[in-house]
Amino acid sequence: MKIIIIGNGISGITAARFIRKLSDYEITVLSYETDFFFSRTALMYIYMGHMRYEDTKPYEDWFWDKNKINLKNARVEHVDFTKKALTLSSGEKMSYDKLIIGTGSASNKFGWPGQDLERVYGMYSYQDLEAMEKYSEGLKRAVIVGGGLIGIEMAEMFHSRHIPVTLLVREEHYWNNVLPLEESKMVSRHIREHGLDLRLETELKEIHDNGKGEANAVTTNKGEKIECGFVGLTAGVHPNVQFLKKTDLEIDKGIVVNEFLETNMQDVYAIGDCAQLKSPKEGRRSIEAIWYTGKMMGETVAYNVCDRPVKYDPGIWFNSAKFLDIEYMVYGEVPTKIPDTMGTLYWEHPDGRKSIRINYDKNHGHVLGFNLMGVRYRHEVCEKWIKEKTNIENVLQHLGLANFDPEFYKQYDRKVVELYNEQTGKNLELKTKRGLAKVLSFLNR
Amino acid sequence: MNIFNKVGLALFVVALAIFTLSLGLDGYTFKQSKLEVDEIHRNSILEAIQNQDIEGKKFSNSFDYIHALRKMFEEATTIQEEKAKTGIPEDLQEWQFNLSKDKVNNYVLSIVKSTGDGIVSNNKVLFWWLTIGLGIIGGLIYIIPTFFKIPGIKNDHIYHRSMQKGLNLSIRGFFLGATIIGILLYGVFYMNKNWFWPAVTLVISGIIIALVLFRRNEKEHEPTKSASPPDVTGWLGVITGIYLIGFYILLYWVPEYIVPWIQIADPLKQLIVGTNADRWFLYGMLYTVIVLTMGIRMIAKYWHNKYQILRTISVMFFQTCFAFLIPEILSKLNMPSMDLKNIWPLNYSFFFDYNISNLIQSGGFGIFLLVWGTLLALVGVPVFVYFFGKRWYCSWVCGCGGLAETLGDPYRQLSDKSLRAWKYERFIVHGVLAFAVIMTILTLYTYFSGASRIIGLDSYSVRTWYGFLIGSAFAGVVGTGFYPLMGNRVWCRFGCPLAAYLGLVQRFKSKFRITTNGSQCISCGNCSTYCEMGIDVRWYAQRGQDIVRASCVGCGICSAVCPRGVLRLENASGDIDDRAEELRAVHISEDEVRLLS
Ligand SMILES: Cc1cc2nc3c(=O)[nH]c(=O)nc-3n(C[C@H](O)[C@H](O)[C@H](O)COP(=O)(O)OP(=O)(O)OC[C@H]3O[C@@H](n4cnc5c(N)ncnc54)[C@H](O)[C@@H]3O)c2cc1C
Ligand code: SF4
Ligand code: SF4
Repeated sequence: MKIIIIGNGISGITAARFIRKLSDYEITVLSYETDFFFSRTALMYIYMGHMRYEDTKPYEDWFWDKNKINLKNARVEHVDFTKKALTLSSGEKMSYDKLIIGTGSASNKFGWPGQDLERVYGMYSYQDLEAMEKYSEGLKRAVIVGGGLIGIEMAEMFHSRHIPVTLLVREEHYWNNVLPLEESKMVSRHIREHGLDLRLETELKEIHDNGKGEANAVTTNKGEKIECGFVGLTAGVHPNVQFLKKTDLEIDKGIVVNEFLETNMQDVYAIGDCAQLKSPKEGRRSIEAIWYTGKMMGETVAYNVCDRPVKYDPGIWFNSAKFLDIEYMVYGEVPTKIPDTMGTLYWEHPDGRKSIRINYDKNHGHVLGFNLMGVRYRHEVCEKWIKEKTNIENVLQHLGLANFDPEFYKQYDRKVVELYNEQTGKNLELKTKRGLAKVLSFLNR
Repeated sequence: MNIFNKVGLALFVVALAIFTLSLGLDGYTFKQSKLEVDEIHRNSILEAIQNQDIEGKKFSNSFDYIHALRKMFEEATTIQEEKAKTGIPEDLQEWQFNLSKDKVNNYVLSIVKSTGDGIVSNNKVLFWWLTIGLGIIGGLIYIIPTFFKIPGIKNDHIYHRSMQKGLNLSIRGFFLGATIIGILLYGVFYMNKNWFWPAVTLVISGIIIALVLFRRNEKEHEPTKSASPPDVTGWLGVITGIYLIGFYILLYWVPEYIVPWIQIADPLKQLIVGTNADRWFLYGMLYTVIVLTMGIRMIAKYWHNKYQILRTISVMFFQTCFAFLIPEILSKLNMPSMDLKNIWPLNYSFFFDYNISNLIQSGGFGIFLLVWGTLLALVGVPVFVYFFGKRWYCSWVCGCGGLAETLGDPYRQLSDKSLRAWKYERFIVHGVLAFAVIMTILTLYTYFSGASRIIGLDSYSVRTWYGFLIGSAFAGVVGTGFYPLMGNRVWCRFGCPLAAYLGLVQRFKSKFRITTNGSQCISCGNCSTYCEMGIDVRWYAQRGQDIVRASCVGCGICSAVCPRGVLRLENASGDIDDRAEELRAVHISEDEVRLLS
């Protein structure tokens, strides 16, 4: 059995590793970005000098040979699904028995004038990083368009080299389309505290050409012109499936897959950022372009490819990120606008860089979600509480179980309980403090 | 760099320059009257002085002076040997009568020390301030702004700095090879041309290399995570490494060349104990000053992290009080002086006959020290490691660890994370532990039976070789000299027998582990990069596996630098085997699946 995987990102590589565990199929992974799998999430750390490219590779180079996973640096130009054959940009042809597509994303461009100029880049691939590196020398200002998780990473990167940054963000507060108001205000404050020029409710209108095909300024929708030597486009990503658009493969925004991650073509699967679920779980999006889902899909598809059908189940939503110096974690339901049926308990530290939010169902009293800024909570514990529909008061009394901050760190769990008491007039007490032994017995219960 | 950084750095560089140059500033005038030698040697030495005509002679630099002194002592040695032929006093052994190499070294050092004449030896206090004092002030000025930064991880530009980015694999290989060969060659000389132990060491090194490279097929595994990719060479780091290596060579084996430094330490020793300094006082003073200053740097860097702050204060405290002040005070009180926290087998001379006799003879307190040291090693270590992991010692108490966590912190990213390095580590560190145990058994056998030879091995020469190879060369020259070349825990990871012992307990019987936060890991690699012990933390974290590793010193840096809050150092015994299992399935539970590793 010949398996070909397009894309050596987290989804493709996870699929390859699990297929290897489950079978002795011949596995080939194709990619044109880098020879070996590296961690895309660590791109910023290379630029900032925290790590070298080598350090972002989760496996040593000999790992692949040893596990008989063939890696090939090549770009797939075309797939003939009926003949089960690929054409590479070199003209070489390859045939497969089963094909897994994990081609990831590409940065969004919304038809802005000047978006294809030189010195205008997204921040997705290793090549984007090289471009940033190339243009950083002598750079006087960078303008970053779009305020999501990647935008702030790009801003932090330039900031680390003392290059002034202007961030153009459409929302009223940073990432307000995902974060609840208080948290998003906190992030906005923190960005400014670092001395970054954050322009809220501001959009890009045009990128100017310096006459040599390079960007040298932008104009905003407020009519202001900002001189800059680099424009970063970080207004989201979309599935990287352009090269498949002319085939019979069913593509909407991404490659449409069923719950077994199968496409409409026989023996062809799609995973990771490029896959779009036909019927996502309730409350979930059809494309979730994040690391963890790519990993889970990779694992799931391996079972399906090896004829041990497993449905894709992303479990309870979780994610994490870091806004400059503020760590962010989320578990379960944390909507931007809290609906009427939802109770929310929000505690913020006076220093304005830490907060804990717990959402619960007002009618039935069970917890729905956790949103943490600058505080670490345990994944397994939060997940179990949400899954088992644990009552908010039970959760609050044992909140220490969730605390995952390092030893000796101050615990703020009691503050959250006090807040609840204040809001409801109850008299709950924090019964369980931080500690692994209690957590283990809780998890085994 | 802001203005504080610039000024601080400038002051530090000036201090370092003066410190280095001070070695060459003084002249020397030989004066017979300053001679302090044993009576039986006096006449031969006086005769040699006369023959060489050096009384009252001035020397402008230490090289010529030491050369002349050595020539003089060579002649004195021959004269003494001639005398031995005509008979030695009844109550003396031949080796006591003759002028041994050690004796000559001591005489040379003490003469150089007492006959210095120049700006440094006449202005010791001033020079203390111009070197050590200015260095501390410069360092502190450099550090202070860090306290006022927004709290968070401050690793920007580490890999852009020549001082910190590490070196190319072939240059690193050159340093390693040259150091090993140099140490073994010098070892032959050190053992009085007895090549037996150097040869044994060479053979064992060869066997370890063969075991790692050939038996385990490691040869084909080009190490990717070696921390030494081809295109990176930080020359400032390399120069710093050479400076440190040079310092240790001078300190251990030719201290007569660093007499001005010892003199600079005199006033402080006078203040504390009332006598003049020796080289070990100099070393202790520098060590403490560095741990304190760089400790403040560590605290500033991790001002947001309570674990790091407490841990750093702890090593600063143990270094200052236990390693530095208490032994000095004890010796001032004429009590057996000992670093109470230095545990066998790191403290390899603890069970040496002279130490045991010395402790027993000095009465109640001595016996207490003997019992304390023995209990600590045999009961304290396993019990504490069971509850807290080896971190209670390695990153909270130990002096070597203390230096590594303060002076060494800027270099922690240079540890080699390749699988190959891990294989070397296990052979070498357990080899050293075995060596320490065997040596101690031989020594104790000699102590109790009086016989110095057991199965053809001479317990004295084993001990001398251990002291040279492990105690000085490995722990000092390589241990600290290699900070900028291979990371700050080279000794702790590859060489320390106590770490190996603590590690075995930690691996097999301890509550300590690093737990991973469910599936939150994004495989970024910060944890692995900044693990000073070269543990590939990410390998475990990305599969949701708890980390139970013999070598982890519990520094907590992996947890601190993780941008997704994935790691936590914890103590609890529940489920430890299960959660540290190699394949705790990530998402879909499957028991029988197994990756070829
Ligand atoms: C800067 C940055 C930071 C991020 N941080 C986080 C984070 O903190 N947390 C989180 O959850 N997510 C994060 N993400 C998102 C996360 O990295 C992605 O969701 C994930 O990498 C997607 O993995 P993938 O395997 O689907 O695709 P990718 O990693 O994009 O891999 C796709 C690969 O396919 C190859 N490919 C594409 N087309 C072809 C072709 N025609 N022929 C051959 N090869 C091809 C490409 O070369 C590429 O290497 C971040 C993303 C970026 C860019
Ligand atoms: S630093 Fe954290 S997120 Fe990054 S690899 Fe390590 S555990 Fe994973
Ligand atoms: S694993 Fe973490 S705590 Fe242990 S030595 Fe490495 S960095 Fe320190």
